[in-house]
Amino acid sequence: MNPLAGCLLVSALLFAIGLAGAITRRSAILVLAGIELMLSAANLNFIAFWRFGPHPEALTGLIFVIFSIAVAAAEAAVGLALILAIYRHAKTSDVSEIREMRG
Amino acid sequence: MTWIVNYLWLIPVLPMLAAGVCALLKQPQRRLSATLAIGSMSVSFVLALIAFAEALSHPAIQVANIHWMQFGDQWVSLGWLLDPLAAVMLVMVTFVGLLIFIYSTGYMAHDPNFTRFFCFLSLFAGAMLGVVIANSLLLLFMCWEVVGLTSYLLIGFWYHRPAAAAAAKKAFITTRIGDLGLLIGMVWLYAQSGTLLFYDNGSGCLEQHAISALAAHITIFGMVVSTAIGLLIFCGAVGKSGQLPLHVWLPDAMEGPTPVSALIHAATMVAAGVYLVARVYPLMNAHALEVVAWVGATTALFAACIAVAQNDIKRILAYSTVSQLGYMMLGLGVGGVAVGMFHLITHAFFKALLFLGAGSVIHGCTEEQDIRNMGGLRRFMPVTFAAYAAGTLALCGFPLFAGFWSKDAILHSAHGWGISRGPFYFGAIGALLTAFYMTRQVYYVFFGPRRVPEAQAEPVASPRHPAEESVIADPHESPRVMTTPLVILAVFAAFLGFVGTPAWPWFQSFLAGQPARFDIGGFSEPGLMALMGVSSLIVFAGIGLGWWLYGCKPIVNATDPDALERLAPGPFHALANRLYVDEIYEATVIRLTRFASAFSAWLDRWIFGGLVNLVAWIVTGFGWLDLGLDKYVVNGGFDMGCREVSLFGRFFTRIQNGRVQNYLRVIAVALVILAIFLLWGHRG
Repeated sequence: MNPLAGCLLVSALLFAIGLAGAITRRSAILVLAGIELMLSAANLNFIAFWRFGPHPEALTGLIFVIFSIAVAAAEAAVGLALILAIYRHAKTSDVSEIREMRG
Repeated sequence: MTWIVNYLWLIPVLPMLAAGVCALLKQPQRRLSATLAIGSMSVSFVLALIAFAEALSHPAIQVANIHWMQFGDQWVSLGWLLDPLAAVMLVMVTFVGLLIFIYSTGYMAHDPNFTRFFCFLSLFAGAMLGVVIANSLLLLFMCWEVVGLTSYLLIGFWYHRPAAAAAAKKAFITTRIGDLGLLIGMVWLYAQSGTLLFYDNGSGCLEQHAISALAAHITIFGMVVSTAIGLLIFCGAVGKSGQLPLHVWLPDAMEGPTPVSALIHAATMVAAGVYLVARVYPLMNAHALEVVAWVGATTALFAACIAVAQNDIKRILAYSTVSQLGYMMLGLGVGGVAVGMFHLITHAFFKALLFLGAGSVIHGCTEEQDIRNMGGLRRFMPVTFAAYAAGTLALCGFPLFAGFWSKDAILHSAHGWGISRGPFYFGAIGALLTAFYMTRQVYYVFFGPRRVPEAQAEPVASPRHPAEESVIADPHESPRVMTTPLVILAVFAAFLGFVGTPAWPWFQSFLAGQPARFDIGGFSEPGLMALMGVSSLIVFAGIGLGWWLYGCKPIVNATDPDALERLAPGPFHALANRLYVDEIYEATVIRLTRFASAFSAWLDRWIFGGLVNLVAWIVTGFGWLDLGLDKYVVNGGFDMGCREVSLFGRFFTRIQNGRVQNYLRVIAVALVILAIFLLWGHRG
């Protein structure tokens, strides 16, 4: 098993765990955590494809991932702020209870 | 040309202005309206006298023409003229009209619509004066129609009475039939000669140039154009002057107030027809005049026959008027302008006198018009009786009275007429009948005992004087304002004839524009004295016959049959029913008109209306078709699309149920599908 396949396997596992957590967990914070896991899996993919790809000297994947992490941090902050606002509004952070966002 | 010719238009315009002002006045302003009407008429009379003096000094025709309106490169001109004919008519109309106006203030004193009456009366007089001075057939026609309109208004003045309203309509429609002829004649004349001015310094339609041009053309039935046009214009005169086929409106016009009857029957409206023929006399050639003479003679005899058997005091006078108008037409036809016009003038005076006298009698007897219910009025109304007697003698043609001279002139001309003796015999028999029916009327009204109808033995309040006495009072003499005009007219009826005797034919010479001279030798014309003797004998015979039948044995009861009725019941009833002319018209012309209108209504309803309805139905059908198309095809398709969209929407709303994780699940499923699809594609 070459290192790329191992990385991708880990990344897929991570993504699956994140997805499962995001789908099954009721707490909004844990859903957010699951989403962070999925993001991390994507970042791991970027890193792996960069590191074991044809041009590892070009630093493209690294820059991409740094941007992605920065955006993810901002997104996490926004997500947490949203959860906090919803909690204040609905007195709960259970996503199955919050059903006002439908068309 | 003096100022009076230029200002001749003032004569008709003044009464018209007075009418206009009267129309604006309120009903209580009686005195003002009467003052206006009589004042304007007086000024017109003075102006007419000045015009008369002018015509005396300058007998030639003087005209004043103005351009009225332009169409194409032609000007329609109007104008007025002064010649002896117009001057005589002006004086007669204004003078008689003035007397009638004064009389009306007494006769209509109790009428609630006093100002309206004077408004119509003034308009009538103004229009008639316009007819007299018109120098253009067009202007004459316009004034002529205003005369027709106002006569309609005046006859129907008491419009709340159905008979008056019907009579007004009858007069209007009947005269319109004649006016149609006049209109066609006028248009034809314009088409032929290019002008409607009578006299225009050589280029008018009555002057030598135009007349000879008209006489050169031949039209249908081999008539020359001038004959045809003359006859068409004569149609108008027939309608207006109540000549034979169209005389039916005139007796019915008696429904109007009596001064109106006097005005219409004596001075103005009916004279308008005779005047029209006299005015366009140059247009009338021998053939047209022959028709005029025959129509006149027939009318004279026919109407005199009917007058014998009438019982309404005004109706007798109405038929007498028709008869006398026939004489005038006869005079025009056989003798020329002077003969006819002389009778017109004398007749205007004595017939106005008779009508006003009849009005006085009616007024005195509280609205009684049936001569059978009068009787013995000589004692109660001496002034009226004297005046009425003078008028009767003048109408009969009693020697030396006005009617004698004028009627004799007509009979003399008819006797000398080269074409036929028929009109002379008609006229002579008519004269006999005239004397007879007038004597009958006078005996009925003024002699014998006072007769009161049984129906009125009960006290009946008069319709126009509801507040007055309810007991049948004795007849009373009319007020001074009514008797004074009677007396003045009576003087004229007695003596006016002397201006036209054979010895001193001033009137005839004046119309001809020659100086008159006194010549006792005028009587020595061959046959004249004999004819005068014969006509006097005829008059005496008529009066004697009347005296024998009605004067010998006084009529005692109102219900007694007429003396003639006892002699010959059949003819008397036929005459009393006016020879069934109205019924004949009812059965022929009116039924035909009704049928034609019913047919037109049917045509309109089913053929033209049917066409319109068919189109409407077709359009409606298209509308329904469009509606169906719109409803089921366009709307149906659109609705179906909407329903589909809405179904999809409902399906997708199920997915979007507000659970965040559900969305995530969808995304995950989509991701898996995408991955499978990509893998599948990669492999493929």
